[in-house]
Amino acid sequence: MRSIHTDLITKNIKEMCIEANLVLCEDVKSRILGAKKSERSEIGKQILGQLEENMKIAKEDSIPICQDTGMTVVFLEIGQEVHFEGALLEDAINEGIRQGYSEGYLRKSVVKDPLLRENTKDNTPGIIHYNIVPGDGVKITVAPKGFGSENMSRVVMLKPADGAEGVVKTVVETVQMAGPNACPPMVVGVGIGGTFEKCAILAKKALTRNLDEPSKLPHIAQLEQQILDLINATGIGPGGLGGSTTALGVNIETYPTHIAGLPVAVNICCHVNRHVTRMI
Amino acid sequence: MEKHIGVPLTKSVAASLEAGDYVYLTGTIYTARDAAHKRMYESIQKGESIPIEVEHQTIYYLGPTPARENQVIGSAGPTTSSRMDKYTPELLDRGLLGMIGKGKRNEQVIESMKRNGAVYFAAVGGAGALLSKCIVESEVVAYEDLGTEAIRKLKVKDLPVIVVIDSKGNNMYETAVNDFLGK
Repeated sequence: MRSIHTDLITKNIKEMCIEANLVLCEDVKSRILGAKKSERSEIGKQILGQLEENMKIAKEDSIPICQDTGMTVVFLEIGQEVHFEGALLEDAINEGIRQGYSEGYLRKSVVKDPLLRENTKDNTPGIIHYNIVPGDGVKITVAPKGFGSENMSRVVMLKPADGAEGVVKTVVETVQMAGPNACPPMVVGVGIGGTFEKCAILAKKALTRNLDEPSKLPHIAQLEQQILDLINATGIGPGGLGGSTTALGVNIETYPTHIAGLPVAVNICCHVNRHVTRMI
Repeated sequence: MEKHIGVPLTKSVAASLEAGDYVYLTGTIYTARDAAHKRMYESIQKGESIPIEVEHQTIYYLGPTPARENQVIGSAGPTTSSRMDKYTPELLDRGLLGMIGKGKRNEQVIESMKRNGAVYFAAVGGAGALLSKCIVESEVVAYEDLGTEAIRKLKVKDLPVIVVIDSKGNNMYETAVNDFLGK
């Protein structure tokens, strides 16, 4: 049994919120730089150039990459041998978010009640997903999620007969519906299988996977590439103003499902696909 | 075409802008997004006054991050415009001439833009750090309780935007993709 004080969780979450919002992950950054070279439209090249300049200014002047510093999604993989002492874990995580968004000059974008809509003024609560895993470590991933792209995401309950073809159609259609609203070039997270809620979580999780690491399942890795090519053939382009770079990557996660179903979730993210992972 | 223009716009300048123009805006604009639009709209419905005179003005759909001590404003990129569609025709009818955001607008907004001679600009989404450098002054002028969603008066210098929908209703989001694909 290993004992971890929740103050350590708070401290790490705080730092990760700030880091994620100021410095874009290397994989996303290198895809943007690569796209600037391969983009075939002039306006597209110009927009990608602005995104490159934006990343530079964000890092140098400590200005968030995007003003929508997101609702804070946290994935925790907790080793079964871990014992937490101190505050309630959930409170410790939210305290980290509170401190990070205040000290990091990040925007507070969360409202307490979805209909009454009063801002909580500290960006809490976060959206927390817990998983219990073997071992005595804690793996934390913080992924602030902007809502321009979140709003364009979808869950569709396909029929088994729709198969891979149905999945491809659903994802490409979702990207086309999103168009300029989701700040293309996008990163597309897809969850296939499970239940209604499971596929949505898988899609979110897919967004936190490194774009340079395709799925370990060969047929899924192939599907990721096929969908990416089809998305980039739509011509939506950077900013939705025409071009060959509509998505920077497509990541798919899967899970066993019911004999009667084929749930598919498409979680759209803009090019500011932020995620930071630490192992404690 | 690349154009440097002053804001507030005049009716004749607005009429001269065409979808696809690269425009650098210099002068005064206001910020307002979801909550501020809702509040202004509800005031108008009740026959009450609204805190800014929108005639000839340009509204930037923006909720910035907080400024650090040495900064005018934090990250300052556009939010998705379509959420403001419900409230926009009312403001256009009161003389609003420019809007800055990102993403599509609905038919009612475009029809109202044509009727009132207004222009819709897109700024690059997700380039908030870069765009913040073009804002030289920022002051909250109304709805301070809304935090990031308060109405701010901004002084901008060479703010880079693209005319996406012009006052004749030409819509670059409708044409650019097919133009690129050669359709």
